[in-house]
Amino acid sequence: MTAADHDDELREVAELLRRAPLRAASPPPSIAEAAAAAGLLDVAYATLDSPVGRLLLARTEVGLVRLAYVDGGADEAVLADIAARVSPRLLAAPRSLDEPRRELDEYFAGRRRDFEVTLDMRLMTAFTRRVLTATAAIPYGEVSTYREVAVRAGSPRGSRAAGNALGANPLPIIVPCHRVLHSGGGLGGYTGGLERKRTLLAIERGQLTLPGGDRG
Amino acid sequence: MRLPPFQTLLDAHGTDVHRFLIATVGRGDADDCYQETWLAALRAYPDLRDDANLRGWLFTIAHRKAIDLVRGRRRRPTPVAEPETLVGAAVAAAAIAPAAGADSSSLGDRDGDLWGAVGALPDKQRTAVALRFIADSAYAEIARAMDTSEEAARRNVHEGLKRLRREHPR
Repeated sequence: MTAADHDDELREVAELLRRAPLRAASPPPSIAEAAAAAGLLDVAYATLDSPVGRLLLARTEVGLVRLAYVDGGADEAVLADIAARVSPRLLAAPRSLDEPRRELDEYFAGRRRDFEVTLDMRLMTAFTRRVLTATAAIPYGEVSTYREVAVRAGSPRGSRAAGNALGANPLPIIVPCHRVLHSGGGLGGYTGGLERKRTLLAIERGQLTLPGGDRG
Repeated sequence: MRLPPFQTLLDAHGTDVHRFLIATVGRGDADDCYQETWLAALRAYPDLRDDANLRGWLFTIAHRKAIDLVRGRRRRPTPVAEPETLVGAAVAAAAIAPAAGADSSSLGDRDGDLWGAVGALPDKQRTAVALRFIADSAYAEIARAMDTSEEAARRNVHEGLKRLRREHPR
């Protein structure tokens, strides 16, 4: 037998290993729970289908830190942003988000007016936090204006700045920036697009019947 | 440094790390070893200074966890046989035995026999062959993961294949 024959035979074994890859009998176990138990899960996230499209929710030990509209595969960009601004120790852990997901389901079904989930406001600047705190005080089903919100945030002439702060809301729906309109009655802007703003306002006015909305 | 979300590592490499561990420590211990690997990676992740080869980094950790486990087994009192052979045989048996509820065809066929034979290789050959044919690692990467020279990595793969051909004739 020549050295070349020898190598050919080894190549055959190698081919066999490549062609018949080792198969796991079951998928690998989830690590999210063990990571959380070991205190290594800084950010847990999950997605949720809703009447205003697919939502991504992320929470820290403190509370809900981000809610984003992720139709059309925006997940990756949102997760990369959270990894950069909060922590890269970020895992899909749907069960950690059960509580806010349930509250959102109830909200969309018209059965919840206020959210109880604890919030982590670290993604807001001090000014944004003031504007969003003023926004959070607008009751369900009612609306306010950029000017009023600016006044309540302590910047009476800052309605444009208030608009920008609302546009930077890391927790839309939960912090109801959709309840803020132009003084003239125009819709203004919305982080998720105006169609979503209309839908949310319609839900809160009881003008929208959603499939499954009468359950429970 | 801006590191990607850890979940993207899990999505991209989780299945292969799991398969690597099945081949090196056997089905019985693969799941535990898998969790330990990923927890160790998660613990070290924020301090990582170089994200050029995250896959290589993960397989290096998996390899170390597999070694720890095999050493742990060896420390248990063993009445018979030379350690190397005994551990090899134990790994082979564990690799061939399908996990509970598993599709019995998954490792009972000829392919399974071959991977069972990989499980019975001596440590260095087994690891090198698994890195080469499961992780799809280049010899330089195998060398880095196993802390050997590239030449030794090549030799370990080669010797492993030779032994497989001898013990698993067509």
